[in-house]
Amino acid sequence: MSGLAGHSRPSVFRHPSLAVGAALTALFVLAAALSLVWAPHSPFDIDVPHKLAAPSAAHWLGTDAFGRDVASLLLVGAQNSLLVGVVAVAIGLIIGAALGLLAAAMGGFPEDLVMRLADFAFAFPAVLSAILLAALFGPSVLDAILAIGVFNVPVFARVTRAAARGVWTRDFILAARAAGSGTLRISLEHILPNILPGLTVQATIQFATAVLAEAALSYLGLGTQPPQPSWGRMLNDAQTLMFQAPQLAVYPGLAIALAVLGLNLLGDGLNDLLDPRLARTR
Amino acid sequence: MIRTSTAVVAWTLAAALVASAMPAHAAKDAIVIGMVLEPPGLDPTIGAAAAIGEITHYNIYEGLTKVNADSSVTPLLAESWTVSPDVKTFTFKLRSGVTFHNGEPFSAADVKFSFERAAAPDSTNKDKAFFADLAEIATPDPNTVRLTFKDPDPDAPFRLGLPQAVILDPKSAATDATAPVGTGPFKLERWVKGQSVTLTKWPAYRDAARVALDKVTFRIINDPAAQVAALLAGDVDAFPRFGAVQSVAQFQNDPRFRVSIGGTEGKTLLAVNNKRKPLDDVRVRRALAYAIDRKAIIDGAMNGYGAPIGSHYVPTDPGYVDLTGLYPYDPAKARSLLAEAGVTTPLTLTLTLPPPAYARQGGEIVAAELAAVGVNARIVDVEWAQWLSGVFANKNYDLTIISHVEPLDLMIYADPTYYFQYDSQAFRDIMARADATADPAQRLAALGEAQRQLAEDEVNVFLFQLQQITVANAGIRGLWKDSPVFANDMAAVSWE
Repeated sequence: MSGLAGHSRPSVFRHPSLAVGAALTALFVLAAALSLVWAPHSPFDIDVPHKLAAPSAAHWLGTDAFGRDVASLLLVGAQNSLLVGVVAVAIGLIIGAALGLLAAAMGGFPEDLVMRLADFAFAFPAVLSAILLAALFGPSVLDAILAIGVFNVPVFARVTRAAARGVWTRDFILAARAAGSGTLRISLEHILPNILPGLTVQATIQFATAVLAEAALSYLGLGTQPPQPSWGRMLNDAQTLMFQAPQLAVYPGLAIALAVLGLNLLGDGLNDLLDPRLARTR
Repeated sequence: MIRTSTAVVAWTLAAALVASAMPAHAAKDAIVIGMVLEPPGLDPTIGAAAAIGEITHYNIYEGLTKVNADSSVTPLLAESWTVSPDVKTFTFKLRSGVTFHNGEPFSAADVKFSFERAAAPDSTNKDKAFFADLAEIATPDPNTVRLTFKDPDPDAPFRLGLPQAVILDPKSAATDATAPVGTGPFKLERWVKGQSVTLTKWPAYRDAARVALDKVTFRIINDPAAQVAALLAGDVDAFPRFGAVQSVAQFQNDPRFRVSIGGTEGKTLLAVNNKRKPLDDVRVRRALAYAIDRKAIIDGAMNGYGAPIGSHYVPTDPGYVDLTGLYPYDPAKARSLLAEAGVTTPLTLTLTLPPPAYARQGGEIVAAELAAVGVNARIVDVEWAQWLSGVFANKNYDLTIISHVEPLDLMIYADPTYYFQYDSQAFRDIMARADATADPAQRLAALGEAQRQLAEDEVNVFLFQLQQITVANAGIRGLWKDSPVFANDMAAVSWE
C-alpha cells in the first residue's frame, strides 16, 4: 500500500475533479460538524412575525414561512443528510462486503444464493422499501436509513464479490493457502485490503445516492419528520411558497445538488487515483 | 374604395368574432370545482367526513329544509312547517310530485325511513343523538310528516337542512355510498377514485329550467401548490375551500380571479385525548393552553385568516361567549402548572396531523411552542383515512389538530365515547337543561354555560375559527362566501 501512496501524491493535481469533489465534500462535512456546536440561530425557533424575511445581517439567507432562520436550517440539515448517508452506507458496506467476501470465498451454491438474493433485492428501489417500512412502523428517519441501507447491501455485495474473485486467483493467495491460512483468514487479511480501494470509491458514490434518497424520501414525507430540519423537507415546504418566496426552494436544492455533485466527483477522482491501470495510462 | 374595403373587412372580422364567440359562450355550462379531500363514500347520512356533503348536499340529495349561506333556513322538500308551542312537535307539509332519480315517488314514508335509519342502534350518522331524540315520526298522509321530539329542539329545522339529514329512497339507501340516488338537481355520472367526481344535470328535476350548469366536476387536489397551479392553468374554475393560504394575495391581485373570505362553522382544535395520562389532569390541559399562542398559529399556518376561539363555538353562532382571554399566551404559567401537576419534563406526547394545511403547518408551530415549556410533541403525519381510523375511531392518539366544521355540535362533548374521551356529568347536566327548555333566552344562557364549562375544563385547546377562502374565475356567479354548512350549491351557480 505504501507504493500506491507514493504514486498518488503528484497525481492529485492531475485530477481536477478530485480536487473540486474533495473541496465540496469537505464543505458539506464541515457544515454538518459546525452545526453540532454552532448555528446562527436555533433551527427550531419559530418567529412568525418575521416570516419570509429577506436576507439580512441577522438572517443571512432570510427566514422561512414560520420565521425560522434558513441558514441554520441548511446547516443542521447537512448534519441530518450526513448522518443518514454515513449510517446507510455503513449498513450496506458491512453487510454487503461480508456477503460478497463469503460468496467469492465459497463459490458454488452459497455464491449463487447470495447473488440471486442480491438480484432480488435490486428489484426493490429504496423509495418503495421506505414506503413499506413507513406503513409498518410509521414514517421516521430510522425507516429512511434502514431502507437506504438495505438498498445498498446488494450493491456492495456485487462489487466485493467481483473484485474478490479477481484477487482469489492471484499467486500470493495460493502461497498463503500453502502456508496453511484458512479461508476466513485469507479473506480478511489478504482479499479485503486488496479490494479496499474499489470499495472506498463505491462507498463515496453510494454516499451521494444516499444523500439524494434521503432528500427524496423526506420530500415525500417518508423520511425525516418535522421539526428536525432536512433538505428534502425544506424543498417540500418551499413548494407551497413557489410564487411568494422562490428562494426558499433554491437554497436546499442547491445544497443537495452541490453535496451530491461533490461526492460523485470525489468518487470519480478516487477511482482514477486508486485504480493502478488508469493511473498508468495518464 | 380603400375606406369601404377596410370597413367591410372590419365588419366581417367583427361578425366572425361574434359568431365564433357566441357558441363558445353559450356552451359554458360545465364547471370544475376544486376540493381538498376526497370523500370516503357518497352517502352523507353514514359517514363523518365533511367532503361527502361538499359534493352531494343540495346537488344529489335534498333534505326537508335548506340551510342557506346566511344561516337562514328555508323550505326544500318540505313546503312549509308549523311548530308546537312547547317546541317539541314539528309538522312538515311536503312538496308533492317529487321523484327520486330512479323514478320512485317521494313521500312521507321516505322521511320516516331515513330518520329511523339515522336513529337506529347501528347507525353511523354524525347526528345520531338528534335523531335518537325523536319520540315519534307520524305520517298521517303521504304529504305530511309530524316529528315529535322528547326534548324541545328549536334548532330542528336547521339540523334537518344539514347533509346528514337528507332524505333517501328506501330501495337504494343501502348502495347510496357508491351509487347515490336522491331528489336533487344533479345525478352522479362518474367517480374516478383519487381524482374526480362528476355530476350531470338531471333533466327531470322539478326546477330543471333554473339550473344553469349541465356538468359539474369535483376535482380532488390535496397539495396546496398543485391547487395554485390548477387555478392558474384553468384546470379548475373555482376552489371553494382553497388550501394554499400563502398564495391568496397573488390571486387577489389578478383580475382573472375573484377571491372571497367568509366564515365557516370550522372550530379548529388541538384535540386532546382526555383519558391518556397525564392529559386527564385539567392542569396539564390548561398548561397546554397557556403554552400556545393562537395568533402565531393563525399568522403562521393560515396567513392571518382565522379568528381566535376560546371554546367549541364560533363568534357568528347565536349565544357566543368570548372566552379567548381565559388562557392567554403565558409559557411561564404553563411551566408552573405542569410542575404543579407533578409532570416531569420533558414530557413526550404524540401530535397526529391530518393533511390539511391548518394541521400540518399549525402542527409545527404548536410543537415548537410546546417544546418551549418542556413538552416534546412528536409529530406523526397521517393520511385522512389513517386519521379517521386511528384517531377518530380507535382513539389512539395524545394530541391532534383538527377542524370540526359541523354547526351547533356542542353535544359531541356529552358523549364520553367520542374521541376526546371527555366525561363530565356537569357538562351533560348543562346540555340537558339547554335541551329541556323551550325558551330561547334560557336556552342560549345554558349554551353559554356549556361553552364556559368546556373552556374551564379545557377539554381541548381551542385554536381558531376556520375561514373559507374561495378563489374562483371572475366569470362565475352564485358561489357561497360563507359556509354555515359545508356544501356547494351548484344549482345556483352559473357563468356570466
